[in-house]
Amino acid sequence: MKPRAISRRQMLKGAAGAAGLAVLSGCDNLSRSDWLRNLFGHTEMLTERVQRLVTPSHALAQEYPESEISAVFPANGNSDPGTADYARMAEQHFADWRLTIDGLVGKPTAFSLDALRAMPSRTQITRHDCVEGWSAIGKWTGVPVGDLMHRVEPLPEASYAVFYCADLDDQGTAYYESMGRADLYHPQTILAYELNGTSLDVAHGAPLRLRFERQLGYKHAKYVMRIELVRSLAGIGGGKGGYWEDQGYEWYAGI
Amino acid sequence: METSGVHPDESVRVEGLPSSANSPPSGPTTSDSVPPETLTWTYRHALPVRVGHWINAISLIILIMSGLQIFNAHPALYWGNRSDHNEALLSIRPVRIEGGNIKGITTILGHPFDTTGILGYSDQTVRAFPAWATIPGPRWLAMGRQWHLFFAWIFVLTGLLFVSYSVASRHLSRDLLPSRWDMRGIGRAIQDHFFFRHAAGEAARRYNVLQKLAYIAVLFGLAPLIVLTGLSMSPTIDAAFPSLLHLFGGRQGARTIHFIACFTFVGFIVIHVFQVIITGCFNNLRSMITGWFAIKEARQ
Repeated sequence: MKPRAISRRQMLKGAAGAAGLAVLSGCDNLSRSDWLRNLFGHTEMLTERVQRLVTPSHALAQEYPESEISAVFPANGNSDPGTADYARMAEQHFADWRLTIDGLVGKPTAFSLDALRAMPSRTQITRHDCVEGWSAIGKWTGVPVGDLMHRVEPLPEASYAVFYCADLDDQGTAYYESMGRADLYHPQTILAYELNGTSLDVAHGAPLRLRFERQLGYKHAKYVMRIELVRSLAGIGGGKGGYWEDQGYEWYAGI
Repeated sequence: METSGVHPDESVRVEGLPSSANSPPSGPTTSDSVPPETLTWTYRHALPVRVGHWINAISLIILIMSGLQIFNAHPALYWGNRSDHNEALLSIRPVRIEGGNIKGITTILGHPFDTTGILGYSDQTVRAFPAWATIPGPRWLAMGRQWHLFFAWIFVLTGLLFVSYSVASRHLSRDLLPSRWDMRGIGRAIQDHFFFRHAAGEAARRYNVLQKLAYIAVLFGLAPLIVLTGLSMSPTIDAAFPSLLHLFGGRQGARTIHFIACFTFVGFIVIHVFQVIITGCFNNLRSMITGWFAIKEARQ
């Protein structure tokens, strides 16, 4: 009986190993299938609906005391747009840089950095949560996006704001991000020109970066050049509403 | 999550069962010196429990493996709200040594360990957990998150349904909550486990006290803890429920507890599967698939 017991054990072990490998490669193959991506897309919508349901629209992300500010705030993603145009603007301290807001708005406007600095500002010490898992705390000063919206007067059919950025990746694809209309008016949604009391440096998104507290770091676009209000995100970039979204990350980055 | 649907009226006593059962055929011809045995079949696990068990088993394994994929994107743990590089409680990093080779170094509370081949560097790849432990296998954070967040929903919904069912059907009060009588036998139960003495006969119909305590601890302790610490990593949920972060020591604290809870689940699964195997693997598996559990008893 003994040899049979061993062979059964070996068979079980072999079967378990084979099943394990099959499951693993099965998961990898499934990850490339359309129906699964579709299913995961519905999950993202469910998560967004439920999170928005349980989170009051005026709920603020926690703000911290100065003592909690990170000694080093990591400059993730692109740390320099690296284009000739950007280098020239940076050299001139962004004197001829303009933030253009256009698309489905009543009054398309271009704002200089000085004009933005002259507007009422908001300062917030918030936690930045990267999709990778790390967190850093920084003090951001900037213009509430809601105030800019009151100036440009979005049309009723504008559903999203698309933030176009100056930075390109290795393949020359430009960074961009987008946000639903309601979040534009959240008090902590600001376009920041200062980090920890000094003008934004190049690594952190000079001259202007988006702060979209309550969502993960990749939504906080750096080097913002233009905001376009649109009806739909289809046809912009890869159509998913952002640089990382086009590569499979969730558009709703609340978790 | 197993159960013993202890319904004495539902058990069926079958004598002289065919040899496909786990006991030798017994019949009137057996000599008097060997006590004859009968097989008693008991309907141990109700259908909702069986379905819930297997959905849960699959979700948990996928959650663990996709969770390790997510962890690999930033393989370090901290306390508090910030991830200050020099204050990591645990980190898994590749280190280039002389001669150009790479080692995987795991540092726990300041103590470095060489974990090359498993943690930090495996299959000529710089990665914290190896490819065989993650979903997807290759480094793919976006897809790891999607697997994780989908099965997190399945895990939570199955768990809520299971608890509601267990309360409504009195599975919880009848089979899972230890009685005072159970608690008095706890010393004996620890001894039995230590010497691998397994319940037989009538006692095999129900869970032993350590088993009950383990299931209760997982159901009402570990599972809610891992869900709440997971939610605490969501910046939107943090805005809605700031007290979660106070409870779990900040966002990085919550991430650390989530990780420890994950490996507590791994420990639970290892012990659970070990117990399933040594207490009659096929009988246990059959009962969690068909519901029917065989009990060998000496005939009076």
